[in-house]
Amino acid sequence: MNVLHFVDAFFSDSAHWHGYDGIPQRFWEHLQYSLLALAVAAAVGLPVGLLTGHTGRGGNALAFIANAARALPSFGLLVLAVLLIGFGLLPVMIPLVVLAVPPILVTTYEAVRSVDPAPVDAARGMGMHESRILFRVEVPVALPLILSGLRSAAIQIVSTATIAAYVSLGGLGRYIIDGLYQRDYEKVVGGATLVAVLALLTLAVFWAAGRLAVSPGVRRR
Amino acid sequence: MIRIDSVTKRYPDGTVAVDRLSLEIPDRSITVLVGPSGCGKTTTLRMINRMVEPTEGTILLDGEDSRRQPVTTLRRSMGYVIQNAGLFQHRTIVDNIATVPRLLGWGRQRARERAAELMERVGLDPSLAKRYPYQLSGGQQQRVGVARALAADPPVLLMDEPFSAVDPVVRKGLQAELLRIQDELGKTIVFVTHDIDEAITLGTMVAVLREGGRLAQYAPPADLLSNPADGFVEDFLGADRGIRRLSFFPSDALELTTDAVIPADATAARIAAVEAPHLLVTDADGRPLGWAAREELTAGDLRTDRLLPYGRPFVPGADSLRVALDCAVLSPVGRAVAVDGHGRVTGVVSQQTIGEAVRAAHTAGRADEQKVAG
Repeated sequence: MNVLHFVDAFFSDSAHWHGYDGIPQRFWEHLQYSLLALAVAAAVGLPVGLLTGHTGRGGNALAFIANAARALPSFGLLVLAVLLIGFGLLPVMIPLVVLAVPPILVTTYEAVRSVDPAPVDAARGMGMHESRILFRVEVPVALPLILSGLRSAAIQIVSTATIAAYVSLGGLGRYIIDGLYQRDYEKVVGGATLVAVLALLTLAVFWAAGRLAVSPGVRRR
Repeated sequence: MIRIDSVTKRYPDGTVAVDRLSLEIPDRSITVLVGPSGCGKTTTLRMINRMVEPTEGTILLDGEDSRRQPVTTLRRSMGYVIQNAGLFQHRTIVDNIATVPRLLGWGRQRARERAAELMERVGLDPSLAKRYPYQLSGGQQQRVGVARALAADPPVLLMDEPFSAVDPVVRKGLQAELLRIQDELGKTIVFVTHDIDEAITLGTMVAVLREGGRLAQYAPPADLLSNPADGFVEDFLGADRGIRRLSFFPSDALELTTDAVIPADATAARIAAVEAPHLLVTDADGRPLGWAAREELTAGDLRTDRLLPYGRPFVPGADSLRVALDCAVLSPVGRAVAVDGHGRVTGVVSQQTIGEAVRAAHTAGRADEQKVAG
């Protein structure tokens, strides 16, 4: 019995394709948790990163907070959140957001801070307002790096969202955890494969977003 | 008119960048701020559009304190050109140039039309409109920078070492272009440079600043060269200020001689009649071919490959005495070749004759100064 055999067996079993424990349902749940966590993390990380990057102030404090957050174990945080809040979506979101904020925050800060100061000076000298300088001059140039921060956050969320299954929620983690419990390795491998596929899809989405949103003048081709 | 009135910039750490500087910047002319690094020239420029706020003193624009209008309004009324151009790399050339008109609320179409007009004015090929900055050379980028500053037709243009980062040949071209544009548009330009040659080439008035942000001298370039205020200005002008000053004297008063100029098909008698040791041989149209030693010349058998090069010719009237002298110094026979606008020889002039003209010009210059002083 090798891994490919498990994969084949899992996906060819028609029972895995419908119902509340079917692949489409679990995939959709996983996607929902991931998108929600990414949205919350971006809502926290992007504004703070943009603002600190633009002013160039608060970089050290930012690095400290980000490193501290990176040191927190996601699983431990989940258990702690469940103990404090009880079961539900919120205790799952906490570790996912904590995981995703540092890469978004730090890369966004670095991306904006490292924009060539000459065009910014020119823009200010031409009479642009600060907000317009940030969004029309700095962000378009910093966009590839900002997207890369969002991308690594998204990949980490997708792979870590499996832990939702530990606290009785759905998602692709269901297959892994249930499979391990039932010693059904076909299910475990199938679930892991689906997580990997979703991670690759995430990469593809970010690649496409980069092609669409980044100016050819910045991509240099 | 921009009036800088006893302005001081002191930073919180105590450094004084500009020290009680007063300057009157005349309208529709180029005023150059020049000096060594740390002399506060850039700080002074940046105080005009309030990128830096003065600690003391005021800057008056047509008599009104520059702090009385909103800072963005002030800046939009002044073109701003910086070193390395500072173009927006995510925007096409035409959209870069259209920036300020768009800020002022012009429609996209009108702003782009205006941008296309300006590309022509600064000598950029219209095919570059849809390119991105990284596809342009340094010199072209700097032209875009100038076009962008001119886009909303501001009365004032602030230029902070705009040509410092390009190579000397391109820089010369950009300087000539700026003078041409200024002839057409008549803007009030404040130009910062550390290059005294650039200051003298471009400036109607030149302000020499010394370290610590104090004004050393404020004068037209010719006066600066003839009467440096002190040792600092003299050193800053460099050892060859006498030669440089010749740039301000025209060459049209030079006495040209034509007896040593002969066509390639000259007769033996014509050649024998020449007294000078070297003859300038010209082609059938009167264009110079080169110098020949008289004894080596034989009629009807002129071998152009044996001629000495005639060097660089000058155009009396269009070129200065400095150019004429340079041509004579470069000439292998010590004589400069004068040509008309079509490149036809109008005569030759010796180093000696140019030397006399230089002395005459200096005497006339001194007499003028005395008249002004008296």
